[in-house]
Amino acid sequence: MAVAALSAANAAAAHAVVPFDDPLAIEIDAVGKTYASSDGAVTALGSVSLDVRRGEFISLLGPSGCGKTTLLRMVAGLEDTTTGHIHLHGRGLDGLGFVFQRDVLLNWRTILQNVLLPIEFRGGRPKQYRDRALALLATFGLAGFENKRPWELSGGMRQRAAICRALIDDPELLLMDEPFGALDALTRDELNVELQTLWHRSRKTTLFVTHSIPEAVFLSDRVVVISDKPGRIVEVLDIDFPRPRGLDIREEPAFGHYSRHLRDVLERHGAFRKR
Amino acid sequence: MRAFRLPTELWTLAALLALWEAVVVVFRVPEILVPSVRVVFDEIASNPDFYLVQSMHTLSNTLAAFVLSVVFGVGMAIAIVSSRFLEKTLYTVLVALNNVPKVALAPLFVIWLGTGNASKIAMGVMISIFAIVIDAVLGLRSLTPDMIDLGRSMRGSGLKMLLKLRLPNALPSIIAGMKVAMSLSLVGAIVGEFVAAQNGLGFVILSAQGMFRTDRVFAAILLLAAIGTTLYYLMEVLERALIPWHESQRHGTARAPAAVVPKA
Repeated sequence: MAVAALSAANAAAAHAVVPFDDPLAIEIDAVGKTYASSDGAVTALGSVSLDVRRGEFISLLGPSGCGKTTLLRMVAGLEDTTTGHIHLHGRGLDGLGFVFQRDVLLNWRTILQNVLLPIEFRGGRPKQYRDRALALLATFGLAGFENKRPWELSGGMRQRAAICRALIDDPELLLMDEPFGALDALTRDELNVELQTLWHRSRKTTLFVTHSIPEAVFLSDRVVVISDKPGRIVEVLDIDFPRPRGLDIREEPAFGHYSRHLRDVLERHGAFRKR
Repeated sequence: MRAFRLPTELWTLAALLALWEAVVVVFRVPEILVPSVRVVFDEIASNPDFYLVQSMHTLSNTLAAFVLSVVFGVGMAIAIVSSRFLEKTLYTVLVALNNVPKVALAPLFVIWLGTGNASKIAMGVMISIFAIVIDAVLGLRSLTPDMIDLGRSMRGSGLKMLLKLRLPNALPSIIAGMKVAMSLSLVGAIVGEFVAAQNGLGFVILSAQGMFRTDRVFAAILLLAAIGTTLYYLMEVLERALIPWHESQRHGTARAPAAVVPKA
């Protein structure tokens, strides 16, 4: 069964990687971020370099305030880099979908209209994307909710709709900033599985910011650990589980091994010093 | 004032009129000071065409002033939030002007625009436009950082940002301002008619006062109250139609954003 899953995963990967020979999606080259503050300059991010391959799922793991969100926002063009530069391959900034920690659904729009918002922003015709939006919503179990307003949905459903919104224009790159941080543990598990399934089918290059070790291990091909003040990459760990993955992999010894290793790395770099 | 429970509200009004009647009758108030409700209604009924024409006159000036205030007020607010320069210049001038008692400007408008409708409409705009500008600026500025990030991540033009995010997000504030502006437009029209006019309910009040026809004064005031109340309820209907998604329209308890009431 594991073999079957593996070969299915390889087939999907082979299918998705075809369009260009370009193996890279994002090049992050010696990127740093310094903020001016009343106590002088504060370095949020030291010098971070990372190559993200096409179709790769990477988690940025680190303690709160370590600059991982800043890094993600710089990749999305929402913040400038102080030093270094970031190169996005393919469609560049036009080819990315961003999922925020809060869903940021607009109350004056129905769920369907919310999902279609990026199309309107990019000057496209929402009608042409209606079917795709409905299909996306159905994938995330939101069929029948398209005409509801955001406030009529639970937190988990709202975040699912926000993910649909990020995916509506078929981005090359999915950037997620602690998207499940505000959800309860069970909903979070559900969404982890759904995201994993979706990713397995579409193989979108994904950068996923989290401070949850199990979430990072469960979802990622690689986990990038970022240390605190100033943020810098202290470890890049390959996660070698076949896909699609079920929540049961969390009981496997390898899962525990990965988790323990990541916790050790975080601890070594002072993530838990406050305890 | 929230829901359309007309029966309760009608009863309240009826009770108020009954109290007025009772006070006048019981304390034998001279008609020249306060006429009884019956006398006032008789006065209106004896000359319905006259009162209808005068009411329509005031109403049309009020609505013209209101519409101009909304169009120019929202336009100015958009300009103010879009440009640092206009914020420092136009907005500063507006805030300064708002602190001038605008009723004092009414004679000027008569000099500039004559005694016709234009001076009444201008007075209405002058008094009501600040409510729109101030509330609209407040609303347009209240886009959350999250929403700004969302807009930027979707890489739309500034126009998309305005039309798809800023304006709809500001709509509850703008409507709160519109509610205030509606009443102030009526005030402006009446002030204009007080200063110089040949028709309108303000003119009726002023000319009746000269003849000590207190019944006519009260008739005009009663009609003004009716017009004002009707316009207010129309605004509530508009509010429900435009922002059914807002918290204030979803539950009975929450309120729409409070309007900043500028000085008349």
